Amino acid sequence: MVPVLDIDALIGNPQTCIIVCCGAGGVGKTTTAAALGLRAAESGRRVVVLTIDPARRLAQSLGLTTLDNTPRPVKDIDDTRGGSLDAMMLDMKRTFDEVVEAHATADKAEQILANPFYQAVSSSFAGTQEYMAMEKLGQLRLEADRDPDNPRWDLIVVDTPPSRSALDFLDAPKRLGSFLDGRFIRLLAAPAKAGGRAYLKVFSAGVNIVTKTLTKVLGGQMLSDVQTFVAALDTMFGGFRKRADHTYALLSDRMTTFIVVAAPERDALREASYFVDRLDEEGMPLAGLVVNRMYRVSAPGLSAARALAAAEELGDQEGDSSSGVGTSDVSERTAITQGLLRMHAVQAEIADRHESLAKRFIAGHPGIPIVEVPAASGDIHDLVGLRTVGDALAGQ
Amino acid sequence: MAPDAGSARDTDWDGVRLHIVTGKGGTGKTTVAAALALALAGEGRRVLLAEVEGRQGISQSFDVPPLALTEVRIAHAAHGGEVFGLSVDAKAALLEYLQMYYKLGRAGGMLEKFGAIDFATTIAPGVRDVLLTGKVYEAVRRRRDHRARGPGAAPAYDAVVVDAPPTGRVVRFLNVNHEVADLARVGPIRSQANSITAMLRSPQTVVHLVTLLEEMPVQETVDTIAELRAVGMPIGGVVVNQVREEILTLDVLEAAARNAISPEDVAADLTRVHVRATEALVDGLLTEARDHAERVTLERDEAEVIADLGRPTYRLPSLSEGVDANGIREMAETLMAQGMA
Repeated sequence: MVPVLDIDALIGNPQTCIIVCCGAGGVGKTTTAAALGLRAAESGRRVVVLTIDPARRLAQSLGLTTLDNTPRPVKDIDDTRGGSLDAMMLDMKRTFDEVVEAHATADKAEQILANPFYQAVSSSFAGTQEYMAMEKLGQLRLEADRDPDNPRWDLIVVDTPPSRSALDFLDAPKRLGSFLDGRFIRLLAAPAKAGGRAYLKVFSAGVNIVTKTLTKVLGGQMLSDVQTFVAALDTMFGGFRKRADHTYALLSDRMTTFIVVAAPERDALREASYFVDRLDEEGMPLAGLVVNRMYRVSAPGLSAARALAAAEELGDQEGDSSSGVGTSDVSERTAITQGLLRMHAVQAEIADRHESLAKRFIAGHPGIPIVEVPAASGDIHDLVGLRTVGDALAGQ
Repeated sequence: MAPDAGSARDTDWDGVRLHIVTGKGGTGKTTVAAALALALAGEGRRVLLAEVEGRQGISQSFDVPPLALTEVRIAHAAHGGEVFGLSVDAKAALLEYLQMYYKLGRAGGMLEKFGAIDFATTIAPGVRDVLLTGKVYEAVRRRRDHRARGPGAAPAYDAVVVDAPPTGRVVRFLNVNHEVADLARVGPIRSQANSITAMLRSPQTVVHLVTLLEEMPVQETVDTIAELRAVGMPIGGVVVNQVREEILTLDVLEAAARNAISPEDVAADLTRVHVRATEALVDGLLTEARDHAERVTLERDEAEVIADLGRPTYRLPSLSEGVDANGIREMAETLMAQGMA
């Protein structure tokens, strides 16, 4: 028997404090995260949902009209069970700035914020989003814990950056940690720290080659900009490192659980497999898989083949009777039924394909709890829609 | 740019040598990029299809072994055309670049040993993207005979198709050289970044967008076109993927939406062809028709939004069997018939 992913048990368990939703882009991760958060809040949890890049109308429905990097309460939720729902959209530059301001002295912070490298790195380069999503998660966690007797939140639901970078999200803290111990960073930071050349003499000839090469490749000016940037950040590195380690520990902690979201398509399920394996390798706790947007027919009793055969037969009968008995009303009517049957056949085929893709995933990953969420006929962009998704997640 | 003299057909993108394909995740941009490469390779041309995210989507699309760091032929097109595949790797690109421009020798190994290569390709944000676009730039400019110089020399590839990052990240990806050029005020990196930026913004480059007829992918298409325009990138066509063949006529769709189809009539028809017309079955069919009508209305709205963009638009039918190597050939034919290649 395939184990079922019991969403209500998961969000009902007070030990569950962080839920991370991951998966390929375009599978409905953000919607799933929002629906989970709403359901948990309406069942009495105090929830904050961290989204990365929500669709505009979904964001509006959550009250996320301004991008101010702070959790804001979502209005119009059912709070009769004592729950609450806050939502926020990640602003990576702002998050980075806040880290700098929190960990460096005022004049040092000013120097960093003004450095052209810092500005480029913090606002526009790919990869920063993942670091900052982790950073924000750490911050929210600290904020939640500030008053243990009356925590602002008892559940954090995180939506991860799209696509391949979802893996970077997992790797970011570790990578940052190992990087900060690296020789290269010490080399870059060295001249500014130890007063230039004098320091380099202590090192092997290798250092000379490396710095010479860097000067050659980067140009003297750019190298010195990079060095200033690295040196300026250097004082904060201890803090960065500690937090990176802390966040990684948080992710593998028992209070954290991962939900992999997929759509019933070959590529999305392949990514999901990859994810499931990676989480397993890392010893990260996986709650299960959500297969989103499963196509279902409303008349499941009629197979695609049978519907097509019936449509053809109707057409044949029509041909036979056209010599006399049938009136034009009847043939118009029959054309409608034929159309319905053909349309049903197409939809039943899609549903069958989704079913068999899901079955194959299950066969390849025995023991992983799964829940299937049927496709909605329209886009989801309000609380009512999110509740419906929440019901489906809970198997209702 | 003069149009390719060898081309017998007029296409919408004559003179374009670099086709960048993006789209929201889940829209099928990889398969569309693959189909476009195959279509461009008609008439005996050589086309490079490059992916930049290490997903091995190309090898899976064409059902060939995973792509390594060298360019390999992955498909033959009509009339002797060939498609080559490459999975661009940042680390390999950096080492190759250093070797090519600086003849580093031992110092290259030293950089690697000190962790500079890892730093540059995985940790330093942005450098990765510069390297990836840099490799694409190199492939576009490469000559078939590497000693040949000047505008008359035959290029190694008649066209390069890039399976680019999804819409959410593509503008950053393509604009990164411009930002690097801002950082490096002088020196080799600046001139390299400038050259890449110049090529990406020249008339030999276009960015195509793949979408579905759904709200979010269409919205992202609209937003991305605006963002690309803002940074001066040339916009290509819009490919509407997975378009379903319409089975019901407009009248039937409207009747379904209004609940105006008589269940009794449908039941009578079903009975005539020996389908057991239970209430549940008839209701089910009518519900399906109503849901379908709702979806068609939404799709029509989205199609209008796309039409308003005023870009050349191509429609690819939904392939019921899923997309395999044959499906990609079918898609390539459709794109050629519609003038994209």
